[in-house]
Amino acid sequence: MNYAVEIKDLDLYFGNVKVLQQLNLDIYKGEFLVLLGSSGCGKSTLLNCIAGLLEVTDGQIFIGGNNVTWAQPSERGIGMVFQSYALYPQMTVEGNLSFGLRNARMPRDEISKRVSRAAGILQIEPLLKRKPAALSGGQRQRVAIGRALVRDVDVFLFDEPLSNLDAKLRADLRVEIKKLHEQLDNTMIYVTHDQIEAMTLADRIAIMKEGKIMQLASPNEIYNRPRNLYVADFIGSPSMNFLHGEIKDGNFLLDGITIPLKGYEFAADSSQGGKAILGLRPEHILTGDNLASATVRTTVTVELVEPMGSDTLIYSTLAGTFIHVRMDGQARVSPGDKVEIGFQPERASLFDPETEDRL
Amino acid sequence: MADTAVSTNVSSTASLRDGPRGPKPRRTFSRRNILLYGTLFVIAVYYAIPLYVMIVTSLKGMPEVRMGNIFSPPLEITFAPWVKAWSQACTGLTCKGLSIGFWNSVRITVPSVIISTIIASVNGYALANWRFKGANVFFTILIFGSFIPYQVLLYPVVILLREIGLYGKLAGLVIVHTIFGMPILTLLFRNYFSSLPEELFKAARVDGAGFWGIFLRVMLPMSIPIFAVAIILQVTGIWNDFLFGVVYTGPESYPMTVALNNIVNSTQGVVEYNVNMAATIITGLVPLTIYFVSGKLFVRGIAAGAVKG
Repeated sequence: MNYAVEIKDLDLYFGNVKVLQQLNLDIYKGEFLVLLGSSGCGKSTLLNCIAGLLEVTDGQIFIGGNNVTWAQPSERGIGMVFQSYALYPQMTVEGNLSFGLRNARMPRDEISKRVSRAAGILQIEPLLKRKPAALSGGQRQRVAIGRALVRDVDVFLFDEPLSNLDAKLRADLRVEIKKLHEQLDNTMIYVTHDQIEAMTLADRIAIMKEGKIMQLASPNEIYNRPRNLYVADFIGSPSMNFLHGEIKDGNFLLDGITIPLKGYEFAADSSQGGKAILGLRPEHILTGDNLASATVRTTVTVELVEPMGSDTLIYSTLAGTFIHVRMDGQARVSPGDKVEIGFQPERASLFDPETEDRL
Repeated sequence: MADTAVSTNVSSTASLRDGPRGPKPRRTFSRRNILLYGTLFVIAVYYAIPLYVMIVTSLKGMPEVRMGNIFSPPLEITFAPWVKAWSQACTGLTCKGLSIGFWNSVRITVPSVIISTIIASVNGYALANWRFKGANVFFTILIFGSFIPYQVLLYPVVILLREIGLYGKLAGLVIVHTIFGMPILTLLFRNYFSSLPEELFKAARVDGAGFWGIFLRVMLPMSIPIFAVAIILQVTGIWNDFLFGVVYTGPESYPMTVALNNIVNSTQGVVEYNVNMAATIITGLVPLTIYFVSGKLFVRGIAAGAVKG
């Protein structure tokens, strides 16, 4: 029994609205799993079901091998961190940290031992006597994490914990959460709509859409081999370019350009050919000195340039489709220029336009 | 070229030119201000004059009242009408003034306010946070209840109180006030608890607090303002109540409003305007004090009470 959390055939309906349908998910012990999706995809709902804050319509939830489907949130062995921190405003930091332990009628010296340990890990000792109102956003979120920490649980649930922080603080705390996971080695389930958070933190990412998991895989796998069009489009910024064409005799025909698909690993049998969509990430389109490794080359006209310092984005049209290309930050281009681009077909993705699945 | 111009401008101080600079000056005697404050002044005078007449009249002796100059200040200030209103004026058969009614009102208001506020706060909390089965139906019935005119229910409640043996007693009136305050107070608390972040409630559940634990240790400390509003609403409402007071209590337990009515509307002997004025002011003193002490919270209470109509 290697799973920390197992979700079996989970259904959740709000009236007639089916938020989660026949959802199955197994999460390994010590794994950092990120639930990623746009708002309304059911990711927070799933987290609330695991926490026991929502009653499921059907299905089972196991935590640490125990069936907790009917258990109270406090009995499930979970700690939870919320987006709005949800600190009790009238209690001090110490009171916030110890509230759950006092509810469990734990001996006083054990409480203070755990509070000081959590405060030590999160470096919030000087704040223990303060009220939440006297803390900054980052400090509040640290206290909220501490509240989960003192409970000494196996599973941590994070519900978009960094969404209320500014960009710099978000990056700092993201690193801290990752460090914390390495230090504690417990299971973490993390809900976010931010793909950078998902890519950087996760051991595995579950991308959700309309209450279903579209793909569950490592960040690397999701980025390089998206299983369907939705995942391909969702991950990556700017998003993947999609070019409509046709597969014929092991080649992809795109408006007069023939692209050999020799190195491409097909996920499905596509010997019969037919219509297909070629997905190319902007950063996988090669320009300048990198062109040497490209097996397919063509020339496009630059329409718009967005210099971003570290790299430069250019907008252009290829085979009647609007495309983004990521160039080196030092590249000097302006609208109207002709630029030679190229790519390696083995790094591209092919999709069936009907089923939207990877080919 | 453009690049260099921008970078030099940042470091050097820009030279100001003629024309507007900084905040726009505002004239004290603009047409807008004269209109605004003029209107406010007229309205204030309109509402203050009756109060002035009451205070002035209550400090005059009867001969002076008979002279009919209601706006003139008293020639001889006397507190006799106040003393009489408090302890000697006749309310029906007894002549002990408003004092008895005052203490009756206290005995009615204090328990009614405490009981109704406690029950309504728990109701509101349960409705807002614990969406139990039938919560919406219960809430709809409660809201519907606040639109039923009291007059419709007067007689059924009389029978109800008679059956349980509380008709004509203070306890009966306390129960009536508690029940009739329930819809508006529950609505008030429900809306307040709904406005608190839901995640706080979830966090407390994860922390293992139960129904009462969350209410007493998380919600209650955060809801002092709404309790103040509820108490203000109830104290003024119950203190000013006349209808229930006159219907559900007997002569010994009449609240102050009924006693005041009996003084002012007595048809025997001379009409003592000065005593009537003093009695009216004394009766209005409790809500008035609450108004001055609580300030902004009172306005919120009135706004909440506006739903009651």
